Amino acid sequence: MKNTNNQTQTVQEQRNRISYGMTLLVVGVLIYLFFGINTTATSQTTFSLNLLGSQAIPLSDLVLPAQGTIYLMVGIVVFTGAYQLARGVKSTGLLVGIIAFTFIAAFLTWATQDKSFNLTGMISSSLVRATPIALAALCGVISERTAVINIGIEGIMLMSAQIAVVTATMSHNLYVGLILAIIFGGLIAAFHAYLVIQFKVDQIVSGVAINIIGAGFTSFFSSKYLQSATDTLNNSGTFPIISIPVLSKIPILGPTLFENNIIVYLMLILVFAMHILLFYTPWGLRTRAVGEHPKAADTLGVNVNFMRYINVIIGGMIAGLGGAYFTIGSVGRFDELMTSGKGFIGLAAVIFGKWNPIGAFASSLIFGFADSLQVKLQILRVPIPSEFLLMAPYIVTMIVLTGIVGKAIPPAADGQPYEK
Amino acid sequence: MSKTASSKETKEKKETAPTGIGGGSIRDALLVPTLAVITGLIIGGIVMLVSGSNPIQAYGALFAGSFGSPSAILSGLQAYFATGDNTLLIKSIYPFTESLVTATPYIFAGLAAAIGFRAGLFNIGAEGQFFIGALCSAFIGYSIKDLPMIIHLPLALLGGALGGAIWGMIPGYLKARFGAHEVVNTIMMNWIAFRLSDWLLKGPMQASNFRPVTPNVFASAELPRFFEAPLRFNLGFFLALLAAYLVYWFLFKTTLGFEVRSVGANPDAAKYAGMNIIKNFVLVMSLSGALAGLAGTAQVLGVDHWVGQGFSAGYGFDAIALALLGKSHPVGVVLSALLFGFLRSGATNMQSVAGIPIDIISIIQGLVIVFIAAPAIIRWFYRIKSLKIDEQTVLTRGWGK
Amino acid sequence: MANVLELQGITKRFPGVLANDKIDITLREGKILALLGENGAGKSTLMNILYGLYKPDEGKIFVRGKEVHIDGPNDAIAQGIGMVHQHFMLVPVMTVTENVMLGIEPTKNGVFLDQEKVAKRIAEISNQYGLEVDPASYIKDLPVGIQQRVEIIKVLYRNADILILDEPTAVLTPQEVEGLFKIIATLIKAGKSIIFITHKLKEVLAIADDISVLRLGRMVGSIEPNKATPEKLASMMVGRDVSLVVQKSAPKPKEAVLKVENLFVRDERENLTVQGVSFEVRKGEVLGIAGVQGNGQTELVYALTGLSSAESGTIELNGKNLQNATPRQILESGVSHIPEDRQRHGLILSFPIHDNMMLCTYYQEPFAKGISLQEKAILSNAEALVKQYDVRTPNIYVNAGTLSGGNQQKVIVAREFSRPIELLIASQPTRGLDVGSIEYIHKQIINKRDEGTGVLVVSSELDEILALSDRIAVIYKGQIMDILDAKKASKEDLGLLMAGIHPSTSPKKK
Repeated sequence: MKNTNNQTQTVQEQRNRISYGMTLLVVGVLIYLFFGINTTATSQTTFSLNLLGSQAIPLSDLVLPAQGTIYLMVGIVVFTGAYQLARGVKSTGLLVGIIAFTFIAAFLTWATQDKSFNLTGMISSSLVRATPIALAALCGVISERTAVINIGIEGIMLMSAQIAVVTATMSHNLYVGLILAIIFGGLIAAFHAYLVIQFKVDQIVSGVAINIIGAGFTSFFSSKYLQSATDTLNNSGTFPIISIPVLSKIPILGPTLFENNIIVYLMLILVFAMHILLFYTPWGLRTRAVGEHPKAADTLGVNVNFMRYINVIIGGMIAGLGGAYFTIGSVGRFDELMTSGKGFIGLAAVIFGKWNPIGAFASSLIFGFADSLQVKLQILRVPIPSEFLLMAPYIVTMIVLTGIVGKAIPPAADGQPYEK
Repeated sequence: MSKTASSKETKEKKETAPTGIGGGSIRDALLVPTLAVITGLIIGGIVMLVSGSNPIQAYGALFAGSFGSPSAILSGLQAYFATGDNTLLIKSIYPFTESLVTATPYIFAGLAAAIGFRAGLFNIGAEGQFFIGALCSAFIGYSIKDLPMIIHLPLALLGGALGGAIWGMIPGYLKARFGAHEVVNTIMMNWIAFRLSDWLLKGPMQASNFRPVTPNVFASAELPRFFEAPLRFNLGFFLALLAAYLVYWFLFKTTLGFEVRSVGANPDAAKYAGMNIIKNFVLVMSLSGALAGLAGTAQVLGVDHWVGQGFSAGYGFDAIALALLGKSHPVGVVLSALLFGFLRSGATNMQSVAGIPIDIISIIQGLVIVFIAAPAIIRWFYRIKSLKIDEQTVLTRGWGK
Repeated sequence: MANVLELQGITKRFPGVLANDKIDITLREGKILALLGENGAGKSTLMNILYGLYKPDEGKIFVRGKEVHIDGPNDAIAQGIGMVHQHFMLVPVMTVTENVMLGIEPTKNGVFLDQEKVAKRIAEISNQYGLEVDPASYIKDLPVGIQQRVEIIKVLYRNADILILDEPTAVLTPQEVEGLFKIIATLIKAGKSIIFITHKLKEVLAIADDISVLRLGRMVGSIEPNKATPEKLASMMVGRDVSLVVQKSAPKPKEAVLKVENLFVRDERENLTVQGVSFEVRKGEVLGIAGVQGNGQTELVYALTGLSSAESGTIELNGKNLQNATPRQILESGVSHIPEDRQRHGLILSFPIHDNMMLCTYYQEPFAKGISLQEKAILSNAEALVKQYDVRTPNIYVNAGTLSGGNQQKVIVAREFSRPIELLIASQPTRGLDVGSIEYIHKQIINKRDEGTGVLVVSSELDEILALSDRIAVIYKGQIMDILDAKKASKEDLGLLMAGIHPSTSPKKK
């Protein structure tokens, strides 16, 4: 048995090795064709590394010869491809990273030739835009680890966003809004859990219902009350930027990681807290067992439904925090349907990140990056429609789902009600 | 899991089994949905009450807005017979026809979700397919000049169906070939559709430089209207009914439909019986996409005549609600589409008369889904004894399986 | 000697089924009580009640003389009761340590899992009882026998002294069974008491101190091993004297209908589970494939019927190459398949009987003209088959899921036998059925043989193989060990072959 296992693995590995190697080579050619040819030999690309208004120690701008840089990227990716074909690299994450890095670097160099581009600003805004996606994804991760799919995240975030801004405006205290948004998110999630655990309602149907009710209720409330009373109900202001002493002075890292508002910090803390919770604590062990083999957990005295309730509710509270980000975390007012599908993108990030908190966070960053890139490209007047760039993350998610690039395996019991 | 069935129940099954409404008596099939809708309306009324409006007045306005006022229709008829002047009559039946106009895309969209459910597929991407279908038909409608209607209109309809079909087929293929879950993929296809349409409406398909909308389609591609303006009631409604009949015939009277239902009920047994799962997944998602595309097409060619941004908003979730409420049966879908058509159409009047935002309908709709999906709540609420033990709706089986 | 456990008057009803009817059993301290019964006799239900997974409708449970209420596994564990389930309750993607500690995790600093502590304890238990296992390995990488050890360790880790072993030998080779019996002996020596659930008579006679027999949810009686014989136990189990010998005439085999050569098949996890299998089935004979479950039989049948594709090798039906043909092509070449898992593959439980009766031929005349289904033909076909094959059902409109297991199998048999066929592939054709249905289905299979059809029977029940087969092929780890003439094959030789040992070449055992 052992022997055949090894054999099949090597066959599989060999197939993977060759396909990855070929992909890398193709990407090299593409970079050359798309960007290398279109760049003049003399043009230079300027990357600014300082963020306006930041406390970080200023750095001088990074000025690069455009064509040289692009050729360097081609070189890196082709070399890695050749190495991969010949020897094979163990980590597929590394390969995907190299592909993404070289392609994006070459693209940016080409797009900004003879112009200047603020790299730090780009990274910083990627993180900010990734925040609600990451919070939605964390909600998805913890729910699905106990085998409850929650596609109502969008609706939860929408309602929490509204609750946050209205209560914050009325109480003149942003923290009241924040806490109520979190509690409310937990309540909606509890309702979802109640439907799918108690009544064994199809989990996706229940999520759809929450989304419809969320959109309907917030729009109803908004047009009934908020539009006529913006100042008294829908104008809360936003959380201030908190600069972490000393750390915020580090160039590049400072302005991106250590000059943010409280929700961004909470998101970062939650990513690591959830990782530790899931993989290093009894609670996490039970959570994962319930998601993989609920009956096994049950026979050892683990209360399956209790675990599901609590984890789904925790997820809802995190989604509630994500909802609060949209209003009191960024613009200070509620607009109808303002979450604009971020909850669904979060779900894609869950799968993309293979049901791991850190993976989900990394995927959210990719979506955030694509989002902010679009804005920047409009400023740079790049001659390709930004809509196509915006499609890229969705297409990539679909490719990931095919399993060609590393199969994402969900928790074994994901989506199934537990029956004794 | 019960292995025994009471003899009473089996008798009921005998009478209705071949129609496949879901294996129960007609009363069974209608009881829960009816009570779900009533309960949804009651809770909607409570929401109105809490927000300081009079629900009776509101529902009255809703009714008047969706059916029209009987006395107005009567006097309209009188005027018509007395003087031959039909302006009053036209005006009085306007609300009723407008409801049917609203219901038209709902019928198509609900059928799209229902046919997916029958094959065990969750097409949550009707919204994107709707949009692509609308864009395709609009393109055919405005770009080809001087065609006779007999060619132009069917061509535009076909184009719309084809566009939606392609948008549905891709997730269907990915599901069949790679086991990639269609819920995520159809959501992704939605976003790709929105981005694509953003670009099209601001670029290649833009009518003028001011607004991101397409040009109007030519009259030869419009679905003919039965009355003069402002009535918009058109052929689309009857096409929708025809589609419902065809879906019924397809699902329950053909070998292809038998395959689709088998694949939905037990894919392993379907494979054992020699059915091609891949073919069926692709076929059903294409049909589902085509129906969703036709929903958009009917809206463009019959009502708006042009497409703008946000054109399809909400139809994806509505489609699922309709299919659930109609128990994935074409007759049920038509009935629920009519219901939602009347609710939505009347809600406009309710908004202007009673000051209640139209979004109340979404709340009611969401609640109805909850009650349909969890009939136990309704049974508990109305103290109805469960007739069938095994009746929970299980539509999906987790992500990648 | 004290009774460590007593159950009195346990009754459990499920909708429409009386699973346990006033059952009394007694377990003596340090002894092995064998609980014997057919599938569906209520053994597992009773044990699930004892372990707190089900609540009894009536009855009392006494542990060491004191009445206890067991509301969940936690209560059972607290009473020192541990259970090794028939289907292992292990999380495949977790390590041995994680599986063992689940539910009672020791922590460092009150927060973090203390894996080292558990691993150490596992090593201790391993040494004490001879249960060797690597705490760090993942369950999915372990063979079945080792997984069972992990289950036993889980129970011992919780300091259980009453062990319930639910059908522990079902998935083991005869050699692994011997290993298990040694472990059981060690446990008894250490003072544990054991309830051993099985439907295999020989095992009961080999190790039990007391025997209790269940039938159809009722306690038939208790008997001491020295007074019991296999025949006596069998008749207690099934309620009448059974002969698993099917009345059949000598086979009249003709030319080969199915030729399989050097077939390799991978399972869903890409493991090569069929490794170079060759055999042929002739018209008018039954070839039985014997083997412990999980030795590639399932994958072999899947490849023969097109449910999965073969890696390499040839499959010929009447000279026509069918390697990697679709299920439909195979069906149309005259192959009938009674699938191993009747509810998964054989039936659509939510469809009425009449639709299930034409599941494989719905697109052919007379059931369809073009793409249009012919309702009349479908209904009359079902009416006729229900009568002919004695399917007990109120009518043909009820869903297949409402039928009993035996009647469900009859629907499949009726459907598969009602069209002209060259080859019948029957996989575990009588699993979980009552004796009456078994006899009926066996007779039908022999009838098909006598009509000149080639029959391939795959079964993990050696008795069934012996009763039906004219020739017997034994499969072990994906390879055919040997093909024997059924008349000359002894149970002992077959047992050795099933364990991968050639009787002629093996060193003398015992």
